Amino acid sequence: MVSSAQHLDSRHAIDVAWSKLAAIPDPEIPVISIVELGVVRDVACEDGEIVVTVTPTYSGCPATEVIAEDIQRALASSDLGRFRVQTRLQPAWTTDWIAPAARERLRAYGIAPPGERAAASPIDVSRLKRPVAVAISCPRCGSLSTKELSRFGSTPCKAQYRCEDCLEPFDYFKPH
Amino acid sequence: MNLDQQLFDYLLRVADSDLILAQRLGAWVGHGPVLEEDIALTNVGLDLLGQARLWYAYAGEVEARFAGRQRSEDELAFLRDSSEFRNLLLLERPNGNYADTMARQFYFDVWHRLLLSELNRSNDARVAEIAAKALKEARYHAERSADWVIRLGDGTDESHAKMQAAIDELWMYTGEMFESDSTDQALAAEGIGCDASELAAPWREQVTAVLAEATLTLPSGAWMQSGGRRGVHTEQLGHLLAEMQWLQRAYPGARW
Repeated sequence: MVSSAQHLDSRHAIDVAWSKLAAIPDPEIPVISIVELGVVRDVACEDGEIVVTVTPTYSGCPATEVIAEDIQRALASSDLGRFRVQTRLQPAWTTDWIAPAARERLRAYGIAPPGERAAASPIDVSRLKRPVAVAISCPRCGSLSTKELSRFGSTPCKAQYRCEDCLEPFDYFKPH
Repeated sequence: MNLDQQLFDYLLRVADSDLILAQRLGAWVGHGPVLEEDIALTNVGLDLLGQARLWYAYAGEVEARFAGRQRSEDELAFLRDSSEFRNLLLLERPNGNYADTMARQFYFDVWHRLLLSELNRSNDARVAEIAAKALKEARYHAERSADWVIRLGDGTDESHAKMQAAIDELWMYTGEMFESDSTDQALAAEGIGCDASELAAPWREQVTAVLAEATLTLPSGAWMQSGGRRGVHTEQLGHLLAEMQWLQRAYPGARW
């Protein structure tokens, strides 16, 4: 009976940890949480210790360290007891993990959400061998008449676009 | 040398190339021709810096297996001298004008992506996972630099001339990317690393296609510079390291 009570406790602790994590906004895109972004890969309980597994978005993204600090702070302020945060690289983060509801919030925030990832593209830079670019819809007016200005926007994960109809510049969350 | 020593050296070659190019790109901050380029170049640099950190962290762990001590990412980056760096000579070349920076980036990006796609299949799980992560980022880099080579090459008379001059000037530094010594061969035999000489043909094919679209001429020089992977560098690296390392040298252990 003791072990089953412990099991319930750990189940409860894991649920509490998830809800704490789900309340942490992404430092650079505060309309979505780090859970919706897909960087929290797992929460487990090992010998009474909560183990949170995270994965970085881009390897050089400065938000990675801020996210780790935010997690430390959120879990330390709960009654979960011992915890640690570990990093896992494999499988590499992908925009496919961004939750559907979060995509709509990105659009409302002015960021065009990521489209589908191209199937494994050949390791060839020639323009003829690249995946065909799909039209990106303007998050403000919905027009498909948009143009890439630069492959990198305000953060490594976004590209800069401009709408040819409403003329507004906007960020596009690159499929990755 | 045992296999761990060779792996350590191999990891430094990859990490040092990433770090030195990241440092070069960082020097463009505030100097890009337009704001978008300023941001893009530094984001590419940031990706490379992040990748360098992952490689250094693993290199430190590997070193601990044979040397009995483990150097941190910072010690490896900031407390080694020029002769201990293993980066490609190409990447320590000065930024020059925008065509020079893009030619250097283009030659590297096409090679880097080929290399990572091989390391992605490494028998060493750490090598494979770092390469898989970096490979996704390298695609943007390669497409972007190829687009710039085409844009400048197939642009005005002046941009064409500058792009061709840059492509020609840096050509002699490209041979080093495909060198294969006993370290490369030992790691390739174990399925951990790759034999870079096998990357030469696909690299040349892609570079040829992009230069053709850019109305540029593929250089024909056969003589190639060599030495970076053995720690024999041009004077440029010393200047770069002096700027990059001075704070840790002047105030050892300083933290933010």
